[in-house]
Amino acid sequence: MKNIIISIAIILSFSSSYASDSLKLQKAPIDLNDKISLQKGARNFVNYCLNCHSASYMRYNRLTDIGLTDDLIKNNLLFTSDKVGNPMSISMNNIDAKKWFGAAPPNLSVTARSRGADWIYSYLRGFYRDRSRSMGWNNTVYENSAMPHILWELQGEQHLDDKTHELELKIPGKLSPTEYDQFVGDITNYMVFMSEPGQQKRRQIGYYVLAFLFLLLILTINLKKEYWKNIK
Amino acid sequence: MAKDSNTSSTGMLGWIDERFPLSSFIKNHLTGYYAPKNFNFWYFFGALALFVFVMQILTGIFLTMHYKPSAAEAFASVEYIMRDVSFGWLIRYMHSTGSSLFFVVIYLHMFRGLMYGSYRKPRELLWLFGVFIFLLLMAEAFFGYLLPWGQMSYWGAQVIVNLFTSVPFIGADLAEWVRGDYLVSDATLNRFFAFHVIALPLALAGLIFGHLIALHEVGSNNPDGIEIKDLKDKKTGIPLDGIPFHPYYTVKDLVGLSVFLIVFASIIFFAPEMGGYFLEANNFVPANPLVTPDHIAPVWYFTPFYSILRAVPPLFNSQFPGVAAMGLSVLIFFLVPWLDKSKVRSIRYKGALYKKWLSTFVISFIVLGYLGTVPSNIWGQFYNVIPIIGGKDVATIIARIFTITYFLFFILMPIYSSKDTTKPVPKRVRM
Repeated sequence: MKNIIISIAIILSFSSSYASDSLKLQKAPIDLNDKISLQKGARNFVNYCLNCHSASYMRYNRLTDIGLTDDLIKNNLLFTSDKVGNPMSISMNNIDAKKWFGAAPPNLSVTARSRGADWIYSYLRGFYRDRSRSMGWNNTVYENSAMPHILWELQGEQHLDDKTHELELKIPGKLSPTEYDQFVGDITNYMVFMSEPGQQKRRQIGYYVLAFLFLLLILTINLKKEYWKNIK
Repeated sequence: MAKDSNTSSTGMLGWIDERFPLSSFIKNHLTGYYAPKNFNFWYFFGALALFVFVMQILTGIFLTMHYKPSAAEAFASVEYIMRDVSFGWLIRYMHSTGSSLFFVVIYLHMFRGLMYGSYRKPRELLWLFGVFIFLLLMAEAFFGYLLPWGQMSYWGAQVIVNLFTSVPFIGADLAEWVRGDYLVSDATLNRFFAFHVIALPLALAGLIFGHLIALHEVGSNNPDGIEIKDLKDKKTGIPLDGIPFHPYYTVKDLVGLSVFLIVFASIIFFAPEMGGYFLEANNFVPANPLVTPDHIAPVWYFTPFYSILRAVPPLFNSQFPGVAAMGLSVLIFFLVPWLDKSKVRSIRYKGALYKKWLSTFVISFIVLGYLGTVPSNIWGQFYNVIPIIGGKDVATIIARIFTITYFLFFILMPIYSSKDTTKPVPKRVRM
């Protein structure tokens, strides 16, 4: 009986979520050909995100795809491991994390595919001061997010205007708003790369495959015509 | 098959033919199988379905080499295939895109059958084999969808297995028996894996074989719905409107295959997620039994039937009527050969009435399919509950109306197909 109730509830409850999905996301500046942005993004990601969040489906040496060398990775980015072939995992375990933050920080390997680039970009720009929250921060994109504003030193302190529901920068951070947008834009760009490191190669191969298939089509059309010329 | 007197081959082939009917098999099913010469666009999809089936088996074999059917490892092993296995991403996208295109091809193939009356006597068994294949294909897709162990995999399976609980009296036990646990878990994943990689593909291969044997026994129908075997060359006994399948249709199907591959490759290489329709965003989140996604929708090819499930209102607090209606919406295809009472086979010679009903059916199928992908409040709500068809959500009411028209296409078929005015059928096929 309980199962019935659960299943009915699931089947019939396609309700409120879509209303709240109407929030406006900002367009993330994604350019996977911009190696500089991807490398900066990798640096920002490893320095700021990869302490609480793991990205354990991603291997460090896959960063060679965005123009880094094994030595560069080893000397500059290898904080959580000692071999470039290792995955980007972290030492905090989920049970502790849950105790400390209320929710375990999710693995970010494929978040760009589940949330989308615009969501991540807007989320990282959407933090504001909220003393009622245990961490002191809240977010316009993901309400009551358990994550504190890790980048507050860089962005400064935003406040949410009660009337207009717009964010205002009250205390400036180390970076100007444009620089900050660039900073989180690079992180987002990197996360899109990381969610499917082979995607640029996939598209490249795709052009050759399609070129081949169009040639094949011309051949098969002519072959068919040749065989069918006497059929009336 | 006895040794064919027409095939007296020497050498290697002769050696084989004395021990195995190779030449006569090729003759009976390819070079000497006469197909109507007027096949059009719609006749590509049978061969394409066979191609996709073989491709799913082959890519599936390679995926199985790297995939781990365990709740703890499944999600990570798929990402491992995507990142660390050489060209694993290609194999995986071929398989995931292949499953969606399998249904595209099968739906077009079935629609062809409905249009040209390919289920009519003597092809009833051929049609029944086809519906069985469709049914098993749906099961195959459902089992396979759990394997990536993402949120949508998990909750989709949870919802569908929970449908069994609506069966009166034994429901709860039945669902538990199917899952092998009190909720979808490692045990469920393992058995679904077994069904997906061996039980159903094996059954499908057998049914496809039967489908082809039945086809070659009765011969192919054609867009005119004329029996080409009725008019044969007096001397050779070859149908006047028939041409050997090989080489004519093998070369023609190669053209269809080339076009199909272009579509297929465009999706694999440039849009493997197909805007969330082939690979859903939520399935990139590992399965979590404690977090129910806001919106659970099956993959697009199930949505017409899912819409029917949602549209039918519960009775005495039981969801069973919806489940029964959904089951019926698929099973009713079995009856089509006996529902169509028209004097002619093909839509080319049927009247306006049949065309209207077939269009109504197609529109119902597409609208229901769309509605199954979105929440039922997508088009807002009425102020009051509408009498008789009930409910407040606009989309639910629309789904109910189209559920009714979906079924009326079948239920009223004996009436409108016999009342319909038909045109005279010519003796010979038109090119």
